[in-house]
Amino acid sequence: MSNVLVLVDHTGGTVRKTTAELLTIARRLGEPVAVYIGEGVQDALPALGQYGATKVIALTDPELTQYLVAPKAEALQQVAAKLEPAAILISSSAEGKEIAARLAVKLDSGLITDAVDVQEGPVTTQSVFAGNYTVQAKVTHGTPIITVKPNAATPEAAETSPEVEEFDVTISDAAKTARITDSKPREATGRPELTEAAIIVSGGRGTGGDFGPVEAFADSLGAAVGASRAAVDSGWYPHAYQVGQTGKTVSPQLYVAAGISGAIQHRAGMQTSKTIVAINKDEEAPIFELVDFGVVGDLHKVLPTATEEVTKRKS
Amino acid sequence: MKIVVCAKFVPDATADRRFRSEDNTVDRAGVDGLLSELDEYAVETALTVKENGDAEVTVLTVGPEQAADAVKKGLQMGADAGVHVIDDAIHGSDAVATSLILAKALGKLEADLVVFGMGSTDGGMGVVPAMVAERLGLPAVTLGSEVTVDGSTVKIRRDGDTASDTVEGTLPLVLSVSDQANEPRYPSFKGIMAAKKKPVETWSLADLELSGEQVGQAGAWTEVTEVTARPARTAGTIVADEDGSGAAQLVEFLSTNKFL
Repeated sequence: MSNVLVLVDHTGGTVRKTTAELLTIARRLGEPVAVYIGEGVQDALPALGQYGATKVIALTDPELTQYLVAPKAEALQQVAAKLEPAAILISSSAEGKEIAARLAVKLDSGLITDAVDVQEGPVTTQSVFAGNYTVQAKVTHGTPIITVKPNAATPEAAETSPEVEEFDVTISDAAKTARITDSKPREATGRPELTEAAIIVSGGRGTGGDFGPVEAFADSLGAAVGASRAAVDSGWYPHAYQVGQTGKTVSPQLYVAAGISGAIQHRAGMQTSKTIVAINKDEEAPIFELVDFGVVGDLHKVLPTATEEVTKRKS
Repeated sequence: MKIVVCAKFVPDATADRRFRSEDNTVDRAGVDGLLSELDEYAVETALTVKENGDAEVTVLTVGPEQAADAVKKGLQMGADAGVHVIDDAIHGSDAVATSLILAKALGKLEADLVVFGMGSTDGGMGVVPAMVAERLGLPAVTLGSEVTVDGSTVKIRRDGDTASDTVEGTLPLVLSVSDQANEPRYPSFKGIMAAKKKPVETWSLADLELSGEQVGQAGAWTEVTEVTARPARTAGTIVADEDGSGAAQLVEFLSTNKFL
C-alpha cells in the first residue's frame, strides 16, 4: 500500500486530537506515516501508534521551528520526494494551511483546504458559502495535499508500534527570512479549545458585556465559549474567541447562541453545527431560522436557571 | 517603496451565491460583487504605511470585467494606481493558478511590499499569500493583527490558537493582515472624485507571459466533481419564556438529545 503522510499537530510532544482524526482518515487512503517536527517525538509515540501510524518520521533540526512555516514546507517536500506519498494530510489551522500552500507550489500539486470529510480517491467534501452548499472535489495534478478541519472524523484506534526514523533535512537560507522574535502563550482557560469542542456556547450583543452567564452555562456543559463579532468589537471578549466569517469557523455537535441575532457573517462560521440552539429576546432574530430549539427570552434569566438545572441533573 | 495590495472581487455574501451547473465554478454573472471586505484592511494597512513614509500604493486585482470595481474602491480609499489582470482564460482558476498570475504581475510591478487580506470572503482558503511568497521566493508574515513597518523591517503581532507571537521579516516581503489590524477608512467625496483621474492599467495573460493553458480550468490542479445545495433546515421548536419555563424546556431538549 502507498504511504499517506500526516503532519503531526502537537505542542511539545502532546499530540492534538486533530492528528488522531487525520491518522484515522489516512488509513482509508493507504498506510499512515506520521511526520513529526520538533522535540518530544518519544512522548508523542503512544498517541501516534494508538491511531495507526505505521512509521514516524522525526525532523528535529531546531531551525525548523524558529522560522515560521517556510522551512517546514521545505522539509515536507524532502520527505515527500523520498516516500512518494499518495496524499499529504495537514490540519486546517492557520499554520497548517500556510505550510500546505507553500508545499503545493513546491510540488506543483493541487491543494484542497478545509475538508470536512475525505474518502478513498481521495475525494474530499467541503462545506462552502456559509454551509449552503456541499462540494466534492479531487486533486487532478501532482500529490493531493489536503487540509482537514477538526471533527472531520471520529478517531478510531488501530494499535501499531511505529518505528521512529530520523530524517535529515536541508533548510535553504531563503526559508529563514521570517522569524518569530517573541511568543506569549495564551492564558489557559481550562475550557476546551473552540475549534475542537463538541459543544460551544457563544454570547453576542445581548449579553450587554456580561459573559458570566454564558461562561457558567458553558462550564456546566463542559463546553467552549465563543463570541459574536459585535461582542468582540465592543471589547467584551477577546478576538481569539470570535466565531464567524472573520473569526473561527466551528462545527460542533451542539452550538448554543445566546443573545446573538445571527448576522450572515456569524452564520457563516457556525451554520454547519449539528444541533443549534438559540436564546434571544427578539423573536424576529434571523438566528431562529436556523435553530433546532429556540427560546424567546432574556439570556440573563434563562441561562442561570438552565445552568442550575444542568448542574443538578449531572450531579 | 512600492506597495502592492492584492484585492479580490467577490460575490456579495449577503446575496444568493450559486455555482454554474455546466462547470461547477462560482457563478459570478448573476450576483453583485464587491471588494472582499477583508481586503479593505489590506488597503488601509498600505495607506497607513504610505502616510508614515515615502511609498506608492498600487491595487492589483485578477478577475472579470466587474472586478474593476475592486480596484476602483481601493483608489477611492486613497491608493495611487491600479492594475487589473483580465483574460477570458482566467475563469475557473484555483488558488495555485491564481497565485501564478499574481506572482507574475507582482514581479512586473517590482513590489517591495505585497499586502493581502487574511482570506477572501468567498473561497475563504487563505492560502494565496503564502503561495505567492513561495513563487517569488519571499518571506511571508501572515495574519498580522498589529503591523509596524520601520525602514525595511516589518513586524507583526499574530494571535494564534495557543500563543500571541511577534513575527519579523525584512523587505521585500509578503504581508497579510487580519480584520483586527485597523479600521478601514471610508472613501471621502474628494477621494471618489480623485479616483477617476488615477491610472488603471489592464493586463492580459500575454502581458504577463502566461498562456491560457497555465491558468483557468486548464491550469487548475483541483476539480469540483459535485455540488449539492443543502436542504433547507426543517423548522425547529421555538418556545417563549414569558412564564419562566424556557430554561426547563431548554434543559429538557438538551437531555432528550443526549447533551447532558
